[in-house]
Amino acid sequence: MAETIAVVDYGMGNLRSVAKALSHVAPKSTVQVSSEASVIKNADRVVFPGQGAARDCMKHLRSYELQDVVADAFYNKPFLGICMGLQVLFEHSEENAGIPCLGLVQGDVRGFIKDPDRPHCKIPHMGWNNVQQVAAHPLWHNIADGAHFYFVHSYYVAPELAQWNAGETDYLNRFTCVIARDNVFATQFHPEKSADDGLQLLHNFAHWKLT
Amino acid sequence: MALAKRLIPCLDVDAGRVVKGVNFVDIVDAGDPVEAAKRYGDAGADELTFLDITASNDNRDTIIDVVEAVAAQVFIPLTVGGGIRSVADIRRLLNAGADKVGINTAAVTNPQLVREASDHFGNQCIVVAIDAKSVETPEGSPERFEIFTHGGRKPTGLDAVAWAVKMAESGAGELLLTSMDRDGTKIGFNLPLTRAVAEAVDIPVIASGGVGNLQHLCDGITEGGADAVLAASIFHFGEYTIGEAKAAMHQAGIEVRQ
Repeated sequence: MAETIAVVDYGMGNLRSVAKALSHVAPKSTVQVSSEASVIKNADRVVFPGQGAARDCMKHLRSYELQDVVADAFYNKPFLGICMGLQVLFEHSEENAGIPCLGLVQGDVRGFIKDPDRPHCKIPHMGWNNVQQVAAHPLWHNIADGAHFYFVHSYYVAPELAQWNAGETDYLNRFTCVIARDNVFATQFHPEKSADDGLQLLHNFAHWKLT
Repeated sequence: MALAKRLIPCLDVDAGRVVKGVNFVDIVDAGDPVEAAKRYGDAGADELTFLDITASNDNRDTIIDVVEAVAAQVFIPLTVGGGIRSVADIRRLLNAGADKVGINTAAVTNPQLVREASDHFGNQCIVVAIDAKSVETPEGSPERFEIFTHGGRKPTGLDAVAWAVKMAESGAGELLLTSMDRDGTKIGFNLPLTRAVAEAVDIPVIASGGVGNLQHLCDGITEGGADAVLAASIFHFGEYTIGEAKAAMHQAGIEVRQ
C-alpha cells in the first residue's frame, strides 16, 4: 500500500506549498492536508508546519484538539517540523509577552534583538541564508554543507541540550535552525520554498527509513 | 556567510498570460506563466514576482489560476501584485499559493489596508509597492522624491521617504521601490531615491525600475543599499541570464545564492 504523509492543518497559514512540494518529491505517496486526529494518527509520516504568532498557533492547536496526536507523532514516526512547527515544540516562547508551548523539546524560543553595529540585519530575518550542518543526519543526504535555505522569522529556538542541534545559521547571533533526533527533524527555514535543496530535504524525509 | 541579497525577475501577466515576452532559447510557449516561472526558478532566481496588469474585471480571476498553477511547480517564494484592494483579495491570493502580495495604489487611497492586512496575515507577506520620481526643488535645497500612482501618471504630493516610513510603521514587511523616472530607460535605478528610502526604514527594500545592465543590479545594492533587486526586460529578452547576473553580483562582492 502506498505510504501516507499527513500535513497537520490547524489553521495556521497556507499549507498548499508544503503539500505540493511533498507530492512533487514523493509522487507515490498520498499527501493529506488534515485537521483530523485520526488521519494524522494513521499516517506513516507527519509534517507539522505553521506560520504566524506563537499565541495563535498554541490557541489553534488546542481548539483543534491536536496537541496529543502531534506529540504521538513526535515520539513515534518520521516527523518533520517547519517554521512555527519547530518553535512550538519547545517549552516556552518569548513571543506575545510569553507563551507556554508544547514542551516536547527542552529549551525556549527567543526573539532576535537588533544590533546597532549591524544595521543591515533587519528583523524579520527574511531571505536565503547559509545552513551549517553541525550533525550528520540522513535528511542532509545530497545537500551541501552551507547550502542556502529560505527563512522568514523573528524568533529562534535555543535547545537546552546540544545533542538536539543539527543545523546552525548566523544572523544577529548564531542560532539553531535545525533540530534532529531519532525520528524527528525540524527546520526554522522553509524547505518548500528553498528550491532544489529544499526539495532534496523533503525527498529525504519522504524516503527516510528509521533505523 | 550572510543573508544573501536577492535577485527577483518580474513577469507581467495579462488575463493569465505572460506578456512582454520571455526569451528562452528553447521555450515552447513564452506566454505560459508556469513555463516562464519554472525557467527562472531553475536558473536560480531567488523569488518571483507576478504583476497582474489585467485591465478587464472579467478576467481578474485568471491570476488566481496562474498562482495555483505556478505554486504547484515552482518552489521559491512568489509575490503577486496588481489590483489588490481588500483583505479578501489578499486571502484569495495567499490561499492560491502566493507567499506575499504587493499593494500599490490601494495603499495610497486606503492606508488602513496595509495595517489590516499585516494584522491578518503577518507583515512578512505584505509588500508595499512605492512608485516614486525625483521632483524639482529650488536650488540649494535637498533632493525630493514624490509618490506617483496609476502607473506613474498621477502625482500624489506625498513625499516618498516619509511615505516609506509610514508604510513600514503601518505593517509593511517589505517595500518594492520603483524609480518611475527610470522605468524603461535602461539607465539604472534612481540611486539617491533608493538610498534615501533604504536608510529611512528598517524593513527590506527591493529596488526596481531602470535596469539596463548587470552593473545596475550591483549598484542598487552597493550604492542604493537595497536588499534585493528586481528586473524584467533584461531577462525576458535574453540579454542576460539569471546566472550571469548572480555571477556579476558575486564578483562585486555581494553575497548571493549561487
